[in-house]
Amino acid sequence: MKYVLSISIGAVTFLLICIAWLQSGGLARERMRSSRTPDEATRLLLTQVQARNWDKALSSLANTNDVDKASFVHDLGGSNGSLLTYATLEKFDVWPLHANEQQATVRAKLHYSTAVGPLDDVRDFQVQRAGDTWKVSWPAGKLEKPAPQVIPVNYLRWDVINRGAEDDWGVQNVDSPQVRIVSMNALQRPDRVVILGEIVNEDTIPAYINVGATLLRADGNAMAQENSFDKISHILLPKQVSPYRIDFPGVQLKDIKSVRMDAKSMLVPASADPVIAVNRQRLETDPLGKKVLRGELLNQSGQIVNIPHVLASYYDGSGKVIWVSDGYVDQELQPQIPVSFAVDLPDDIAPKVQNYHVTVNHFSSSHTS
Amino acid sequence: MRALVITVMVATMCCPLLASDLKAPATVVAGTDFVIASAESQGGTFYLIGPSLVSKREVQNGSEISVPGDEIKSAGVYTALLCSGAGCVSTDFYVKPSSPARLSLLAHPSRVRVAEPNAISAVALVFDKFRNLVVEPAQVEFQAVAGEAQPISQSRTAANGIAWIRLTSGKKEGPIKVGAIIGPAKELRVVRQVASDACNLRIKPEWAAGKFYVSTDPVRDCSGNAVPDGTVVSFTKTDRSGKTTVDAPVKRGIARVQMPVDGNARIFVASGVVTGNELNVTGKQ
Repeated sequence: MKYVLSISIGAVTFLLICIAWLQSGGLARERMRSSRTPDEATRLLLTQVQARNWDKALSSLANTNDVDKASFVHDLGGSNGSLLTYATLEKFDVWPLHANEQQATVRAKLHYSTAVGPLDDVRDFQVQRAGDTWKVSWPAGKLEKPAPQVIPVNYLRWDVINRGAEDDWGVQNVDSPQVRIVSMNALQRPDRVVILGEIVNEDTIPAYINVGATLLRADGNAMAQENSFDKISHILLPKQVSPYRIDFPGVQLKDIKSVRMDAKSMLVPASADPVIAVNRQRLETDPLGKKVLRGELLNQSGQIVNIPHVLASYYDGSGKVIWVSDGYVDQELQPQIPVSFAVDLPDDIAPKVQNYHVTVNHFSSSHTS
Repeated sequence: MRALVITVMVATMCCPLLASDLKAPATVVAGTDFVIASAESQGGTFYLIGPSLVSKREVQNGSEISVPGDEIKSAGVYTALLCSGAGCVSTDFYVKPSSPARLSLLAHPSRVRVAEPNAISAVALVFDKFRNLVVEPAQVEFQAVAGEAQPISQSRTAANGIAWIRLTSGKKEGPIKVGAIIGPAKELRVVRQVASDACNLRIKPEWAAGKFYVSTDPVRDCSGNAVPDGTVVSFTKTDRSGKTTVDAPVKRGIARVQMPVDGNARIFVASGVVTGNELNVTGKQ
């Protein structure tokens, strides 16, 4: 009898281990080891990436000796506190684009789960035949690093001393910054109402801002209330303009009588650096056929920006803001090294766009802004 | 304290007919000693109930009860009550604020743009030395001093303890001291006058070490004040490589950015809602 219990426990434990192995994609990994097709080779690589097994992933490449490991890990796993270091590759979709006997191109859509929400990345992989199997050929290249140098940064900084709790009533305090909503537009989207526009800091000091909107019914009662969350640059330097967007899922514009806007501002310590240039901006169609605004970010300061966040406002011919889109960049911004970005744009909005303006939020481990 | 108040209330309700036997001055100034007279020559327990104080003490001579000024610091209606073996007698009297001795000055805003009409408000609240609001009319002298200029003074009569003034900000940036004076009391606040929006914003091209820079002329408002460092100037360049935007803060009076130029480029500049001139440049080398 006593053996039955121990055998049962052993069997259950073994069963649980098997389930865990299957759940973690072990079966898929085993199946992919063969790499008999370009798809399978790509899946094998991405499965190793998913498990963050960099050595195995690297060894599965066709050109292992040409690939710099640091560059490979940086590209797929991030570094320097970039968004990818706070992300996991949740799943991926792979499909072939074209193939011949020796070479093939495979497109993969990588779905990352990150600290700021889901992030999709579409990549085209070159796959080569090596005997009976196929292997991914990774683009050779060294991780670009800034040259050793001294970058003088005479940055501006604002510190705040507020009235103390022990001070008498009527003792002077410093006022909150003056901010103003300069434009507001309400749009009906297929599944939601979107309130968007721009806000400016009219003051001579930095402001921490947030924009909220309350939708009012015909009877004057509030229907819904939301704020811009991360679809805004929260810290605005003097005279800086930020787009904002507030989404109301499941609401119809015809049910709304009016919108009450609420711009809140607070006095916060801030820094004027880093300055980030947004170069080579252009509207394009991506490989999936979607309209995107592409460009390059260039950190002109000497400090690493860990997580850049791009905000783009689009204008029609009359200068009215017709859309605001945003996107987090998965790579960090090293000083003086350009990093590409792309933010999407709804297909029905794209033909109306006559102009656009891009701003960049930046989050650094030493400070945020 | 609750038991004492209940005792006093019960005693007050039990002897309304004897109230006239206790005589206090109709009005007393806060913080001054005074005497309550009574027909009762025997001693007893004396209660004093005010807006912020209830006191109880034994008195030997009921005909003249001295009340020290310390017991009537708060302005308002007080009830005095004397209880002895014969019953209780009470009276009400009013304590008014003493002479103005303190000010609370509210100056708003703490920052104001130059040349804004009636943009600064200063509100003075007049109190006596015990923090009672002095509701009787009193003259409050307001003063404003901008930099090294002569002070400007205006007098206002406080009504119900409040006097206020509105001021137009000057044309030069810098602090303006706003003060209010009444009797021995003087309060001072500092309002910072800051530059207004940029005016006549202009940019110029520069080539240095093979790189292309765009910089502004010193950025000033329409009164000639330099906008504060940190003010963001937005540069937008369009050439055949696409569009480039840079939000650069003003440092030492100017904003300057480096931009790559590919072929013919058009460059615009803006600061807040103000736009500047347009540059047309051609890429070099």
